[in-house]
Amino acid sequence: MALYTGFYRPNRPLAVYAAVFALVLYLPILFIPIFSFNSGIYVKFPLEGFTFYWYWDLFQRESLMRAVWNSVKVACFVSLLSTLIAIPAALAIARYRMPGKAPAVSFIMLPLVLPGLILGVALLTLVNRLGITLSLVTVTLGHMVICLPYAISVLLPRFIGFNRSLEEASADLGEPPLRTFWRVTLPCNLPGILACLLMTFTISFDEFFMAFFLSGAQSTLPMYIWGQLRFPQDFPSLLALSTLILAFSFVLIFASLKLAKIGQSVQPEKGR
Amino acid sequence: MISIRNVSKAFGRVQAVQNVSLDIRAGEFFSLLGASGSGKTTLLRMIAGFEGVTSGTILIDGQEMQDTPPHLRPINMVFQNYAIFPHLNVRDNIAYGLQRLGTPKADQTRMVDEMLGMISLPGYGGRKASELSGGQMQRVALARALILKPKVLLLDEPLGALDKQLREQMQLELRSLQRQLGITFVLVTHDQEEALTLSDRVAVMANGEVIQVDAPSSLYDHPKTRQVAAFVGTMNFFDATVRKEGPAQLAEVAGLGTLALNGSGAGRAHGEKVLIALRPEGLTLSLSRPDAASFAVAGHLQTRQYLGGRQLLHVAVAGRDAPVAVSAPATRGEDPWSGSEGSPVWLSWAPDAVTVLDPT
Repeated sequence: MALYTGFYRPNRPLAVYAAVFALVLYLPILFIPIFSFNSGIYVKFPLEGFTFYWYWDLFQRESLMRAVWNSVKVACFVSLLSTLIAIPAALAIARYRMPGKAPAVSFIMLPLVLPGLILGVALLTLVNRLGITLSLVTVTLGHMVICLPYAISVLLPRFIGFNRSLEEASADLGEPPLRTFWRVTLPCNLPGILACLLMTFTISFDEFFMAFFLSGAQSTLPMYIWGQLRFPQDFPSLLALSTLILAFSFVLIFASLKLAKIGQSVQPEKGR
Repeated sequence: MISIRNVSKAFGRVQAVQNVSLDIRAGEFFSLLGASGSGKTTLLRMIAGFEGVTSGTILIDGQEMQDTPPHLRPINMVFQNYAIFPHLNVRDNIAYGLQRLGTPKADQTRMVDEMLGMISLPGYGGRKASELSGGQMQRVALARALILKPKVLLLDEPLGALDKQLREQMQLELRSLQRQLGITFVLVTHDQEEALTLSDRVAVMANGEVIQVDAPSSLYDHPKTRQVAAFVGTMNFFDATVRKEGPAQLAEVAGLGTLALNGSGAGRAHGEKVLIALRPEGLTLSLSRPDAASFAVAGHLQTRQYLGGRQLLHVAVAGRDAPVAVSAPATRGEDPWSGSEGSPVWLSWAPDAVTVLDPT
């Protein structure tokens, strides 16, 4: 057997490193579902017994259900609005040459790296100055500030990679620009748009800082969890709740990443 | 059918098309031939309406079109990468334009079926674009355009992405399809063989200008400039000076001697610098000095380029940098030139084979 297996031979040490990396990353998160099924109140080993009680307990809490409903409402509005706003913005960035485009794009992406705490304080100051009452509406606006750069960063590569000769073909076959957008541009980019909706929904659903500063009497789900942390006897229920949120978020993000990949345009291959 | 009058196009400071005037006749298979960057694709895209003109007019069927958006022009196009809609199946791709026209569903179905038959893909209606091969996509793109019965069909390097055998097959199909339908075809290509095979007339473009418009055989046999002669097929060039001796016109070729110009030098003055152009197939190669030939040059065989059934022999001649290319048959079993690299040979040609061009 040859000793040299080629330039692209498998690299075992690197594979082990990657496995350890993933383990360290997810180990702390793994404790959450484990203890959510533990019948004891305190988070400590050994585990006492297996129970679904904490999950059952969640559904008995009216204030929690209200918080979930608030979060869902906010997340729906945020994802729809920020995607709708991001589509023309991303299209413009992808297609047109404008003076000062590069700095403008960096500026749009800036909230991605701005600390949530600072953004929250800034928005709270602004909202107070304007004399607007804090409510779920202000939370929605705050979340949109956070979600728009994400939305654009999901949509932009799709629009840049979009083969514009498809639109030319549609125009050539007699369709005016708006109908072309409706019949070709939109359906061809649908996976990317769905990915954008799911991504922004998830971000809004889990967001804490904006909600902390900008919500009034009605709290969102992360706010509810924050409030309940004071009561030790409620902690296992929070673990159960966190497990559900974790699973839900995983599914949405996974789906959005999958969607972002499919439905690219078809190119002929040479020699087929 | 299409009249292009003094059309220019500038992209910033780059002049892509310069003052082009062309008349494309109804029912004609017309090609725009040129190297990349010659402006041929820009010209086609201006006819289609994807690029505006900087100046000039474009008339399609007698109507000015330069300010009409693409969706209102009576032409259809086959795109370089076919631009098959990936979210639609073959049937919906072909019916795309019909849906716009509001053709009744039953008629649509019938017309699409006819088209699928015409492009030899019956039963492919339900396939997705991603399930098609390059050649099949090309046919679908063709059907999608032709179903609208355009007055003109534009084809932007439609065969460039196909491998050689399929490309040759599709060339034959395109040609017979155009004959059968009688629609004006305007083809953009950088492949001179393709342009010569398919077209009724070819416009050769270089640096944004049309340098010659002619039938393929005229283009090959009577190129008007050095550029055309060099771009279409292989050509040997010799610098020469015209000399008149009584009624006979002669050309003095530096380092080679004097040869007769039978009529092809008409209108040239005594002492004028010209360029003598000779096709490889207009030259004859022999081992000894030919008796009958009017003009013969000694040289030696440098390299042999076998092309399958045919060969190009490159002959080095004293006083000349580039070797002279000569075409000869390479018949199976009886090839007099195999293994004769380096041997002394004689080049000769008939005066009729000579083309006289301006030196630049």
